[in-house]
Amino acid sequence: MNQAPIPTLPFGRRVSRWFGRNLIRIYAVFGFAYLFVPVIYTFAFSFNDAGKSNLTWRGFTFNNWKNPCGAPDVCSALGNSIKIGLLATITATILGTLIAFALGRHRFRGRSATNLLIFLPMATPEVVLGASLLAMFLAFRINPGFWPTVIAHVMFCISFVVVTVKARIASLDPRLEQAAMDLYANERETFRRVTLPLVMPGIAGAALLAFSLSFDDFIITNFNSGTLVTFPKFVYVSAARGIPAQANVIGSSMFFLALFIVIAGQLVNRKKVR
Amino acid sequence: MAYLQSMATRASTFSGKKGRLPYLLLAPGLLWLFTFFVLPIINLAGTSTQTPVIGGDTGQYVQTFRFANYIDAFNASREQFARSFIYATLATLLALAISYPLAYAIAFRSGKYKNLLLVLVIAPFFTSFLLRTVAWKQILGESGFVVPTLRALHIIGPNTTLTASALAVVTGMTYNFLPFMTLPLYASLERIDPRTLEASNDLYSNAFTTFRKVTFPLSMPGVVAGTLLTFIPAAGDYVNAAILGNPNTTMLGNVIDSRFFRIVDYPTAAALSFMLMAAILILVTLYIRKSGTDELV
Repeated sequence: MNQAPIPTLPFGRRVSRWFGRNLIRIYAVFGFAYLFVPVIYTFAFSFNDAGKSNLTWRGFTFNNWKNPCGAPDVCSALGNSIKIGLLATITATILGTLIAFALGRHRFRGRSATNLLIFLPMATPEVVLGASLLAMFLAFRINPGFWPTVIAHVMFCISFVVVTVKARIASLDPRLEQAAMDLYANERETFRRVTLPLVMPGIAGAALLAFSLSFDDFIITNFNSGTLVTFPKFVYVSAARGIPAQANVIGSSMFFLALFIVIAGQLVNRKKVR
Repeated sequence: MAYLQSMATRASTFSGKKGRLPYLLLAPGLLWLFTFFVLPIINLAGTSTQTPVIGGDTGQYVQTFRFANYIDAFNASREQFARSFIYATLATLLALAISYPLAYAIAFRSGKYKNLLLVLVIAPFFTSFLLRTVAWKQILGESGFVVPTLRALHIIGPNTTLTASALAVVTGMTYNFLPFMTLPLYASLERIDPRTLEASNDLYSNAFTTFRKVTFPLSMPGVVAGTLLTFIPAAGDYVNAAILGNPNTTMLGNVIDSRFFRIVDYPTAAALSFMLMAAILILVTLYIRKSGTDELV
Protein backbone atom coordinates (compact mmCIF):
# COMPACT_ATOMS: atom_id res chain seq x y z
CA MET A 1 0.00 0.00 0.00
CA ASN A 2 2.77 2.39 0.88
CA GLN A 3 4.67 1.79 -2.34
CA ALA A 4 4.21 5.27 -3.77
CA PRO A 5 6.74 7.76 -2.39
CA ILE A 6 5.13 9.71 0.41
CA PRO A 7 5.29 13.43 -0.22
CA THR A 8 7.15 14.98 2.67
CA LEU A 9 5.12 17.55 4.51
CA PRO A 10 6.69 20.80 5.64
CA PHE A 11 8.17 20.56 9.10
CA GLY A 12 5.51 22.70 10.76
CA ARG A 13 2.70 20.59 9.35
CA ARG A 14 4.43 17.41 10.43
CA VAL A 15 4.88 18.68 13.96
CA SER A 16 1.27 19.79 14.24
CA ARG A 17 0.09 16.46 12.80
CA TRP A 18 2.20 14.56 15.32
CA PHE A 19 0.67 16.63 18.09
CA GLY A 20 -2.82 16.09 16.71
CA ARG A 21 -2.34 12.33 16.69
CA ASN A 22 -0.63 12.13 20.05
CA LEU A 23 -2.50 14.85 21.87
CA ILE A 24 -4.34 12.35 24.02
CA ARG A 25 -1.09 10.56 24.90
CA ILE A 26 0.64 13.81 25.81
CA TYR A 27 -2.34 14.66 27.97
CA ALA A 28 -2.13 11.24 29.61
CA VAL A 29 1.54 11.83 30.46
CA PHE A 30 0.59 15.08 32.19
CA GLY A 31 -2.27 13.32 33.92
CA PHE A 32 0.05 10.68 35.33
CA ALA A 33 2.53 13.33 36.41
CA TYR A 34 -0.27 15.03 38.36
CA LEU A 35 -1.25 11.72 39.94
CA PHE A 36 2.25 10.91 41.07
CA VAL A 37 3.55 14.24 42.35
CA PRO A 38 2.13 13.78 45.90
CA VAL A 39 3.35 10.17 46.01
CA ILE A 40 6.85 11.22 45.00
CA TYR A 41 6.73 13.96 47.62
CA THR A 42 5.67 11.53 50.32
CA PHE A 43 8.41 9.11 49.27
CA ALA A 44 11.10 11.78 49.02
CA PHE A 45 10.28 13.23 52.42
CA SER A 46 10.60 9.78 53.99
CA PHE A 47 14.36 10.31 53.53
CA ASN A 48 14.29 13.74 55.11
CA ASP A 49 16.54 14.29 58.10
CA ALA A 50 13.53 15.96 59.61
CA GLY A 51 13.76 15.96 63.34
CA LYS A 52 10.35 16.96 64.63
CA SER A 53 8.81 18.79 61.70
CA ASN A 54 8.87 17.25 58.25
CA LEU A 55 7.69 20.27 56.31
CA THR A 56 10.96 21.48 54.80
CA TRP A 57 13.90 19.56 53.36
CA ARG A 58 16.83 19.31 55.77
CA GLY A 59 19.10 16.69 54.26
CA PHE A 60 19.15 13.06 53.19
CA THR A 61 19.13 10.17 55.65
CA PHE A 62 18.26 6.47 55.81
CA ASN A 63 17.55 6.68 59.53
CA ASN A 64 13.78 6.87 59.16
CA TRP A 65 13.72 3.69 57.09
CA LYS A 66 16.11 1.93 59.49
CA ASN A 67 13.95 2.84 62.43
CA PRO A 68 10.33 3.19 61.26
CA CYS A 69 9.00 3.01 64.82
CA GLY A 70 11.36 5.76 65.95
CA ALA A 71 8.70 8.43 66.33
CA PRO A 72 6.42 8.03 69.33
CA ASP A 73 3.06 6.33 68.67
CA VAL A 74 3.53 5.77 64.94
CA CYS A 75 3.74 2.01 65.20
CA SER A 76 1.01 1.56 67.78
CA ALA A 77 -1.28 3.60 65.48
CA LEU A 78 -0.23 1.43 62.54
CA GLY A 79 -0.87 -1.71 64.59
CA ASN A 80 -4.37 -0.54 65.49
CA SER A 81 -5.13 0.23 61.84
CA ILE A 82 -3.95 -3.21 60.72
CA LYS A 83 -5.92 -5.01 63.45
CA ILE A 84 -9.10 -3.07 62.68
CA GLY A 85 -8.52 -3.51 58.94
CA LEU A 86 -8.09 -7.29 59.15
CA LEU A 87 -11.11 -7.85 61.41
CA ALA A 88 -13.32 -5.57 59.31
CA THR A 89 -12.11 -7.09 56.03
CA ILE A 90 -12.73 -10.69 57.08
CA THR A 91 -16.21 -9.94 58.42
CA ALA A 92 -17.30 -7.65 55.58
CA THR A 93 -15.96 -10.01 52.90
CA ILE A 94 -17.90 -12.98 54.30
CA LEU A 95 -21.14 -11.04 54.81
CA GLY A 96 -20.87 -9.21 51.49
CA THR A 97 -20.03 -12.32 49.46
CA LEU A 98 -23.08 -14.13 50.85
CA ILE A 99 -25.29 -11.20 49.81
CA ALA A 100 -23.64 -11.08 46.37
CA PHE A 101 -24.42 -14.77 45.81
CA ALA A 102 -28.01 -14.27 46.89
CA LEU A 103 -28.39 -11.33 44.48
CA GLY A 104 -26.47 -12.87 41.61
CA ARG A 105 -27.79 -16.41 41.79
CA HIS A 106 -31.26 -16.38 43.29
CA ARG A 107 -34.68 -15.00 42.64
CA PHE A 108 -36.43 -13.80 45.75
CA ARG A 109 -38.93 -11.32 47.04
CA GLY A 110 -37.47 -8.06 48.33
CA ARG A 111 -34.70 -7.94 45.76
CA SER A 112 -34.99 -4.24 44.99
CA ALA A 113 -35.23 -3.35 48.69
CA THR A 114 -31.99 -5.29 49.21
CA ASN A 115 -30.33 -3.43 46.33
CA LEU A 116 -31.43 -0.15 47.87
CA LEU A 117 -30.08 -1.09 51.30
CA ILE A 118 -26.74 -1.93 49.67
CA PHE A 119 -26.66 1.30 47.67
CA LEU A 120 -27.65 3.74 50.42
CA PRO A 121 -24.52 3.46 52.63
CA MET A 122 -22.41 4.26 49.55
CA ALA A 123 -24.58 7.31 48.79
CA THR A 124 -24.42 8.62 52.35
CA PRO A 125 -21.62 11.05 53.20
CA GLU A 126 -19.11 9.67 55.69
CA VAL A 127 -19.79 12.43 58.21
CA VAL A 128 -23.40 11.31 58.41
CA LEU A 129 -22.47 7.62 58.74
CA GLY A 130 -19.95 8.41 61.45
CA ALA A 131 -22.07 10.89 63.39
CA SER A 132 -25.21 8.74 63.34
CA LEU A 133 -23.42 5.62 64.52
CA LEU A 134 -21.67 7.48 67.32
CA ALA A 135 -24.96 9.07 68.41
CA MET A 136 -26.48 5.60 68.67
CA PHE A 137 -23.52 4.16 70.56
CA LEU A 138 -23.74 7.06 72.99
CA ALA A 139 -27.50 6.57 73.38
CA PHE A 140 -26.85 2.95 74.41
CA ARG A 141 -24.01 4.08 76.66
CA ILE A 142 -21.43 2.23 74.57
CA ASN A 143 -18.10 4.04 74.69
CA PRO A 144 -16.39 4.66 71.35
CA GLY A 145 -13.18 2.70 70.88
CA PHE A 146 -11.76 -0.38 69.19
CA TRP A 147 -14.90 -2.53 68.68
CA PRO A 148 -17.24 0.31 67.70
CA THR A 149 -14.66 1.24 65.05
CA VAL A 150 -14.52 -2.35 63.74
CA ILE A 151 -18.34 -2.44 63.62
CA ALA A 152 -18.43 0.86 61.70
CA HIS A 153 -15.80 -0.32 59.21
CA VAL A 154 -17.64 -3.58 58.52
CA MET A 155 -20.79 -1.53 57.90
CA PHE A 156 -19.30 0.70 55.21
CA CYS A 157 -17.21 -2.07 53.60
CA ILE A 158 -20.10 -4.53 53.05
CA SER A 159 -21.63 -2.56 50.16
CA PHE A 160 -18.34 -2.32 48.29
CA VAL A 161 -17.77 -6.07 48.71
CA VAL A 162 -21.28 -6.84 47.42
CA VAL A 163 -20.84 -4.65 44.34
CA THR A 164 -17.41 -6.09 43.49
CA VAL A 165 -18.33 -9.77 43.96
CA LYS A 166 -21.71 -9.32 42.24
CA ALA A 167 -19.97 -7.90 39.17
CA ARG A 168 -17.69 -10.94 39.07
CA ILE A 169 -20.63 -13.36 39.37
CA ALA A 170 -22.47 -11.51 36.59
CA SER A 171 -19.48 -11.77 34.26
CA LEU A 172 -19.19 -15.57 34.58
CA ASP A 173 -19.91 -17.59 31.48
CA PRO A 174 -23.04 -19.61 32.38
CA ARG A 175 -21.90 -22.36 30.04
CA LEU A 176 -19.10 -23.34 32.42
CA GLU A 177 -21.57 -24.26 35.12
CA GLN A 178 -23.85 -25.94 32.63
CA ALA A 179 -20.89 -27.98 31.42
CA ALA A 180 -20.19 -29.10 34.98
CA MET A 181 -23.82 -30.14 35.39
CA ASP A 182 -23.67 -31.98 32.07
CA LEU A 183 -20.67 -33.87 33.41
CA TYR A 184 -22.84 -35.13 36.28
CA ALA A 185 -21.60 -32.78 38.95
CA ASN A 186 -24.36 -32.10 41.43
CA GLU A 187 -25.22 -28.64 42.60
CA ARG A 188 -22.82 -28.63 45.52
CA GLU A 189 -19.91 -29.96 43.49
CA THR A 190 -20.57 -27.46 40.72
CA PHE A 191 -20.49 -24.67 43.25
CA ARG A 192 -17.37 -25.90 45.03
CA ARG A 193 -15.32 -26.88 41.99
CA VAL A 194 -16.49 -24.47 39.29
CA THR A 195 -18.42 -21.46 40.54
CA LEU A 196 -16.42 -20.64 43.67
CA PRO A 197 -12.97 -20.87 42.04
CA LEU A 198 -14.20 -18.67 39.21
CA VAL A 199 -15.60 -16.07 41.63
CA MET A 200 -12.49 -16.22 43.86
CA PRO A 201 -10.55 -13.41 42.10
CA GLY A 202 -13.58 -11.19 42.65
CA ILE A 203 -13.68 -12.07 46.33
CA ALA A 204 -9.95 -11.45 46.67
CA GLY A 205 -10.32 -8.09 44.94
CA ALA A 206 -13.20 -7.19 47.21
CA ALA A 207 -11.16 -8.11 50.29
CA LEU A 208 -8.27 -5.93 49.12
CA LEU A 209 -10.67 -3.06 48.47
CA ALA A 210 -12.27 -3.50 51.89
CA PHE A 211 -8.89 -3.51 53.62
CA SER A 212 -7.70 -0.40 51.84
CA LEU A 213 -10.98 1.41 52.57
CA SER A 214 -10.77 0.44 56.23
CA PHE A 215 -7.07 1.19 56.58
CA ASP A 216 -7.43 4.59 54.97
CA ASP A 217 -10.65 5.70 56.63
CA PHE A 218 -10.46 8.80 58.74
CA ILE A 219 -13.87 10.46 59.07
CA ILE A 220 -15.95 7.51 60.34
CA THR A 221 -13.04 6.33 62.47
CA ASN A 222 -12.61 9.75 64.02
CA PHE A 223 -16.22 9.67 65.20
CA ASN A 224 -16.24 6.14 66.60
CA SER A 225 -12.75 5.47 67.91
CA GLY A 226 -12.70 7.69 70.99
CA THR A 227 -9.16 7.88 72.28
CA LEU A 228 -7.89 5.00 70.13
CA VAL A 229 -5.37 6.28 67.56
CA THR A 230 -5.30 4.76 64.07
CA PHE A 231 -2.73 5.59 61.42
CA PRO A 232 -4.86 8.17 59.53
CA LYS A 233 -5.86 9.72 62.85
CA PHE A 234 -2.21 9.92 63.84
CA VAL A 235 -1.39 11.79 60.62
CA TYR A 236 -4.35 14.14 61.07
CA VAL A 237 -3.52 14.97 64.65
CA SER A 238 0.17 15.54 63.96
CA ALA A 239 -0.50 17.49 60.73
CA ALA A 240 -0.70 20.70 62.72
CA ARG A 241 2.64 20.20 64.50
CA GLY A 242 4.42 18.50 61.61
CA ILE A 243 4.29 14.84 60.77
CA PRO A 244 7.30 12.70 61.67
CA ALA A 245 9.11 11.32 58.63
CA GLN A 246 8.38 7.81 59.93
CA ALA A 247 4.77 8.31 58.83
CA ASN A 248 6.07 8.86 55.28
CA VAL A 249 8.09 5.65 55.58
CA ILE A 250 4.94 3.76 56.50
CA GLY A 251 2.86 5.47 53.78
CA SER A 252 5.49 4.67 51.14
CA SER A 253 5.81 1.06 52.31
CA MET A 254 2.03 0.64 52.06
CA PHE A 255 2.22 2.02 48.54
CA PHE A 256 4.90 -0.43 47.42
CA LEU A 257 3.25 -3.34 49.20
CA ALA A 258 -0.12 -2.67 47.54
CA LEU A 259 1.53 -2.19 44.16
CA PHE A 260 3.34 -5.49 44.62
CA ILE A 261 0.14 -7.34 45.56
CA VAL A 262 -1.79 -5.95 42.59
CA ILE A 263 0.96 -6.66 40.04
CA ALA A 264 1.61 -10.14 41.47
CA GLY A 265 -2.14 -10.81 41.33
CA GLN A 266 -2.24 -9.82 37.68
CA LEU A 267 0.74 -12.00 36.82
CA VAL A 268 -0.81 -15.01 38.58
CA ASN A 269 -4.07 -14.39 36.72
CA ARG A 270 -2.28 -14.17 33.40
CA LYS A 271 -0.50 -17.47 34.02
CA LYS A 272 -3.80 -19.14 34.87
CA VAL A 273 -5.39 -17.87 31.67
CA ARG A 274 -2.57 -19.41 29.66
CA MET B 1 -28.65 -4.95 34.60
CA ALA B 2 -30.92 -6.82 32.24
CA TYR B 3 -28.11 -9.28 31.72
CA LEU B 4 -27.71 -9.72 35.43
CA GLN B 5 -31.41 -10.35 35.89
CA SER B 6 -31.48 -12.89 33.09
CA MET B 7 -28.46 -14.56 34.68
CA ALA B 8 -30.27 -14.69 37.97
CA THR B 9 -33.37 -16.11 36.36
CA ARG B 10 -31.35 -18.66 34.49
CA ALA B 11 -29.44 -19.68 37.57
CA SER B 12 -32.55 -20.21 39.58
CA THR B 13 -34.29 -22.11 36.83
CA PHE B 14 -31.54 -24.61 36.30
CA SER B 15 -30.84 -25.17 39.92
CA GLY B 16 -34.42 -24.77 41.07
CA LYS B 17 -33.30 -22.89 44.20
CA LYS B 18 -36.11 -20.87 45.52
CA GLY B 19 -36.99 -21.60 49.10
CA ARG B 20 -35.17 -20.21 52.09
CA LEU B 21 -31.57 -20.25 50.89
CA PRO B 22 -31.38 -16.69 49.51
CA TYR B 23 -32.77 -15.31 52.75
CA LEU B 24 -30.23 -17.26 54.77
CA LEU B 25 -27.47 -15.81 52.60
CA LEU B 26 -28.83 -12.28 52.98
CA ALA B 27 -29.71 -12.37 56.67
CA PRO B 28 -26.35 -11.77 58.41
CA GLY B 29 -25.19 -8.95 56.13
CA LEU B 30 -28.52 -7.18 55.94
CA LEU B 31 -28.98 -7.52 59.69
CA TRP B 32 -25.62 -5.80 60.15
CA LEU B 33 -26.59 -2.99 57.79
CA PHE B 34 -29.96 -2.62 59.48
CA THR B 35 -28.48 -2.44 62.99
CA PHE B 36 -25.50 -0.22 62.23
CA PHE B 37 -26.78 1.88 59.34
CA VAL B 38 -30.60 2.09 59.30
CA LEU B 39 -31.18 2.23 63.06
CA PRO B 40 -28.52 4.93 63.65
CA ILE B 41 -30.08 7.05 60.89
CA ILE B 42 -33.51 6.68 62.51
CA ASN B 43 -31.98 7.50 65.88
CA LEU B 44 -30.30 10.53 64.33
CA ALA B 45 -33.67 11.72 63.05
CA GLY B 46 -34.88 11.58 66.67
CA THR B 47 -31.83 13.46 67.93
CA SER B 48 -32.33 16.23 65.39
CA THR B 49 -35.52 17.52 67.07
CA GLN B 50 -34.27 17.38 70.67
CA THR B 51 -33.59 20.39 72.89
CA PRO B 52 -31.21 20.81 75.85
CA VAL B 53 -32.43 19.67 79.26
CA ILE B 54 -33.19 22.80 81.27
CA GLY B 55 -30.66 23.01 84.05
CA GLY B 56 -28.94 19.85 82.78
CA ASP B 57 -25.28 19.23 81.92
CA THR B 58 -23.80 19.93 78.49
CA GLY B 59 -24.67 17.09 76.17
CA GLN B 60 -27.97 16.26 77.88
CA TYR B 61 -30.92 16.54 75.53
CA VAL B 62 -34.60 15.70 75.68
CA GLN B 63 -37.03 14.95 72.88
CA THR B 64 -39.36 17.91 72.26
CA PHE B 65 -39.98 17.50 68.50
CA ARG B 66 -38.62 20.95 67.85
CA PHE B 67 -38.45 21.02 64.05
CA ALA B 68 -37.28 24.62 64.17
CA ASN B 69 -33.85 23.06 64.94
CA TYR B 70 -33.54 22.53 61.21
CA ILE B 71 -34.21 26.17 60.39
CA ASP B 72 -31.81 27.37 63.10
CA ALA B 73 -29.12 24.96 61.96
CA PHE B 74 -29.54 25.99 58.36
CA ASN B 75 -29.43 29.70 59.13
CA ALA B 76 -26.34 29.27 61.29
CA SER B 77 -24.37 27.52 58.56
CA ARG B 78 -25.77 28.74 55.27
CA GLU B 79 -22.32 29.70 54.01
CA GLN B 80 -20.85 26.27 54.71
CA PHE B 81 -23.81 24.68 52.94
CA ALA B 82 -23.20 26.75 49.83
CA ARG B 83 -19.45 26.14 50.02
CA SER B 84 -19.85 22.38 50.33
CA PHE B 85 -21.91 22.22 47.17
CA ILE B 86 -19.83 24.73 45.19
CA TYR B 87 -16.51 23.09 46.10
CA ALA B 88 -17.89 19.61 45.47
CA THR B 89 -19.26 20.68 42.07
CA LEU B 90 -15.96 22.30 41.09
CA ALA B 91 -13.97 19.28 42.22
CA THR B 92 -16.30 16.96 40.31
CA LEU B 93 -16.03 18.97 37.08
CA LEU B 94 -12.24 19.20 37.38
CA ALA B 95 -12.00 15.48 38.10
CA LEU B 96 -14.13 14.79 35.02
CA ALA B 97 -11.94 17.04 32.86
CA ILE B 98 -8.78 15.33 34.09
CA SER B 99 -10.12 11.77 34.12
CA TYR B 100 -11.95 11.58 30.83
CA PRO B 101 -8.93 11.93 28.52
CA LEU B 102 -6.93 9.73 30.87
CA ALA B 103 -9.57 6.98 30.84
CA TYR B 104 -9.94 7.40 27.07
CA ALA B 105 -6.19 7.07 26.52
CA ILE B 106 -6.06 3.92 28.65
CA ALA B 107 -9.12 2.35 27.02
CA PHE B 108 -8.23 3.07 23.38
CA ARG B 109 -4.61 4.11 23.02
CA SER B 110 -2.58 2.07 25.45
CA GLY B 111 -2.23 -1.25 23.58
CA LYS B 112 -0.52 -3.90 25.64
CA TYR B 113 0.19 -1.52 28.51
CA LYS B 114 -3.51 -1.23 29.39
CA ASN B 115 -3.37 -3.21 32.63
CA LEU B 116 -0.14 -1.57 33.75
CA LEU B 117 -1.55 1.91 33.19
CA LEU B 118 -4.72 0.98 35.03
CA VAL B 119 -2.64 -0.10 38.02
CA LEU B 120 -0.71 3.18 37.80
CA VAL B 121 -3.95 5.15 37.93
CA ILE B 122 -5.00 3.48 41.17
CA ALA B 123 -1.51 3.21 42.65
CA PRO B 124 -1.21 6.76 44.05
CA PHE B 125 -4.25 6.03 46.18
CA PHE B 126 -2.45 3.27 48.01
CA THR B 127 -0.62 5.87 50.03
CA SER B 128 -2.71 7.16 52.88
CA PHE B 129 -5.43 9.70 52.05
CA LEU B 130 -4.20 11.96 54.86
CA LEU B 131 -0.56 11.77 53.77
CA ARG B 132 -1.54 12.70 50.21
CA THR B 133 -3.47 15.70 51.47
CA VAL B 134 -0.56 16.80 53.63
CA ALA B 135 1.72 16.35 50.61
CA TRP B 136 -0.44 18.85 48.72
CA LYS B 137 0.01 21.27 51.58
CA GLN B 138 3.76 20.97 51.06
CA ILE B 139 3.58 21.11 47.26
CA LEU B 140 1.47 24.28 47.27
CA GLY B 141 3.36 25.72 50.24
CA GLU B 142 6.18 28.25 50.28
CA SER B 143 8.89 25.61 50.07
CA GLY B 144 7.16 23.62 47.32
CA PHE B 145 8.00 24.02 43.65
CA VAL B 146 4.67 25.44 42.45
CA VAL B 147 4.75 28.84 44.15
CA PRO B 148 8.32 29.82 43.11
CA THR B 149 7.63 28.69 39.52
CA LEU B 150 4.43 30.70 39.24
CA ARG B 151 6.16 33.69 40.82
CA ALA B 152 9.07 33.47 38.40
CA LEU B 153 6.59 33.38 35.52
CA HIS B 154 4.77 36.37 37.02
CA ILE B 155 1.49 34.46 37.03
CA ILE B 156 1.01 35.24 40.70
CA GLY B 157 2.32 38.21 42.61
CA PRO B 158 5.29 37.94 45.02
CA ASN B 159 2.99 38.00 48.05
CA THR B 160 0.30 35.63 46.83
CA THR B 161 0.24 32.25 48.52
CA LEU B 162 -1.64 29.15 47.49
CA THR B 163 -2.08 27.25 50.76
CA ALA B 164 -4.89 27.96 53.19
CA SER B 165 -7.18 28.91 50.31
CA ALA B 166 -10.28 27.73 48.49
CA LEU B 167 -8.03 26.85 45.56
CA ALA B 168 -5.99 24.48 47.71
CA VAL B 169 -9.13 22.85 49.11
CA VAL B 170 -10.59 22.23 45.66
CA THR B 171 -7.23 20.97 44.37
CA GLY B 172 -6.99 18.51 47.23
CA MET B 173 -10.57 17.32 46.78
CA THR B 174 -10.12 16.88 43.03
CA TYR B 175 -7.01 14.83 43.58
CA ASN B 176 -8.30 12.71 46.42
CA PHE B 177 -11.50 11.59 44.70
CA LEU B 178 -9.99 11.16 41.22
CA PRO B 179 -10.02 7.33 41.07
CA PHE B 180 -13.76 7.33 41.79
CA MET B 181 -14.12 9.23 38.52
CA THR B 182 -11.47 7.49 36.42
CA LEU B 183 -12.43 3.87 37.10
CA PRO B 184 -16.15 4.04 36.13
CA LEU B 185 -15.24 6.14 33.07
CA TYR B 186 -12.67 3.59 32.03
CA ALA B 187 -15.12 0.73 32.60
CA SER B 188 -17.77 2.27 30.35
CA LEU B 189 -15.30 3.38 27.65
CA GLU B 190 -13.66 -0.03 27.59
CA ARG B 191 -17.01 -1.69 26.97
CA ILE B 192 -17.62 0.31 23.76
CA ASP B 193 -17.47 -1.94 20.73
CA PRO B 194 -14.73 -0.51 18.45
CA ARG B 195 -16.90 -1.45 15.48
CA THR B 196 -19.38 1.29 16.39
CA LEU B 197 -16.54 3.81 16.08
CA GLU B 198 -15.47 2.30 12.75
CA ALA B 199 -19.05 2.47 11.52
CA SER B 200 -19.20 6.14 12.42
CA ASN B 201 -15.95 6.68 10.52
CA ASP B 202 -17.26 4.80 7.51
CA LEU B 203 -20.25 7.12 7.49
CA TYR B 204 -17.89 10.06 6.92
CA SER B 205 -17.98 11.60 10.35
CA ASN B 206 -14.70 13.11 11.48
CA ALA B 207 -13.00 12.28 14.76
CA PHE B 208 -14.79 15.06 16.63
CA THR B 209 -18.26 14.13 15.39
CA THR B 210 -17.59 10.47 16.19
CA PHE B 211 -16.66 11.48 19.69
CA ARG B 212 -19.64 13.76 20.14
CA LYS B 213 -22.27 11.48 18.63
CA VAL B 214 -20.96 7.99 19.41
CA THR B 215 -18.23 7.73 22.02
CA PHE B 216 -19.50 10.26 24.53
CA PRO B 217 -23.16 9.12 24.57
CA LEU B 218 -22.00 5.51 24.94
CA SER B 219 -19.78 6.48 27.89
CA MET B 220 -22.65 8.23 29.67
CA PRO B 221 -23.17 5.50 32.32
CA GLY B 222 -19.53 5.96 33.32
CA VAL B 223 -19.88 9.74 33.42
CA VAL B 224 -22.96 9.48 35.63
CA ALA B 225 -21.44 6.89 37.97
CA GLY B 226 -18.14 8.77 38.19
CA THR B 227 -19.83 12.09 38.87
CA LEU B 228 -21.91 10.65 41.69
CA LEU B 229 -19.04 8.72 43.24
CA THR B 230 -16.94 11.90 43.27
CA PHE B 231 -19.61 14.40 44.25
CA ILE B 232 -21.04 12.51 47.23
CA PRO B 233 -17.83 12.06 49.23
CA ALA B 234 -16.63 15.52 48.17
CA ALA B 235 -19.77 17.23 49.47
CA GLY B 236 -19.43 15.56 52.85
CA ASP B 237 -15.66 15.86 53.14
CA TYR B 238 -13.99 18.00 55.76
CA VAL B 239 -10.44 16.68 55.81
CA ASN B 240 -9.31 18.72 52.79
CA ALA B 241 -10.91 21.86 54.18
CA ALA B 242 -9.31 21.25 57.58
CA ILE B 243 -5.78 20.62 56.26
CA LEU B 244 -5.65 22.80 53.14
CA GLY B 245 -8.14 25.54 53.95
CA ASN B 246 -8.55 28.49 56.28
CA PRO B 247 -11.42 29.51 58.60
CA ASN B 248 -13.20 31.02 55.59
CA THR B 249 -13.23 27.79 53.60
CA THR B 250 -14.95 25.53 56.15
CA MET B 251 -17.49 23.11 54.76
CA LEU B 252 -20.57 21.48 56.21
CA GLY B 253 -18.53 18.49 57.36
CA ASN B 254 -16.33 20.77 59.47
CA VAL B 255 -19.43 22.24 61.12
CA ILE B 256 -20.96 18.84 61.86
CA ASP B 257 -17.65 17.65 63.28
CA SER B 258 -17.18 20.66 65.54
CA ARG B 259 -20.84 20.72 66.66
CA PHE B 260 -20.45 17.10 67.65
CA PHE B 261 -17.08 17.16 69.37
CA ARG B 262 -16.31 20.68 70.42
CA ILE B 263 -19.69 22.17 71.20
CA VAL B 264 -21.44 18.86 72.03
CA ASP B 265 -24.52 20.17 70.23
CA TYR B 266 -25.92 16.85 69.02
CA PRO B 267 -29.30 18.14 67.75
CA THR B 268 -27.73 20.71 65.43
CA ALA B 269 -25.14 18.21 64.18
CA ALA B 270 -27.96 15.73 63.53
CA ALA B 271 -30.14 18.28 61.73
CA LEU B 272 -27.22 19.36 59.54
CA SER B 273 -26.37 15.72 58.75
CA PHE B 274 -29.94 15.14 57.68
CA MET B 275 -30.06 18.21 55.50
CA LEU B 276 -26.77 17.25 53.86
CA MET B 277 -28.04 13.74 53.20
CA ALA B 278 -31.39 14.97 51.88
CA ALA B 279 -29.76 17.56 49.62
CA ILE B 280 -27.40 14.96 48.19
CA LEU B 281 -30.17 12.39 47.65
CA ILE B 282 -32.37 14.96 45.89
CA LEU B 283 -29.53 16.11 43.65
CA VAL B 284 -28.56 12.53 42.87
CA THR B 285 -32.14 11.56 41.98
CA LEU B 286 -32.59 14.60 39.74
CA TYR B 287 -29.25 13.96 38.09
CA ILE B 288 -30.00 10.30 37.41
CA ARG B 289 -33.44 11.20 35.99
CA LYS B 290 -32.00 13.90 33.80
CA SER B 291 -29.16 11.84 32.42
CA GLY B 292 -31.57 9.00 31.77
CA THR B 293 -29.57 6.15 33.20
CA ASP B 294 -31.48 4.25 35.81
CA GLU B 295 -29.19 1.27 35.44
CA LEU B 296 -26.90 2.51 38.13
CA VAL B 297 -28.61 1.13 41.19
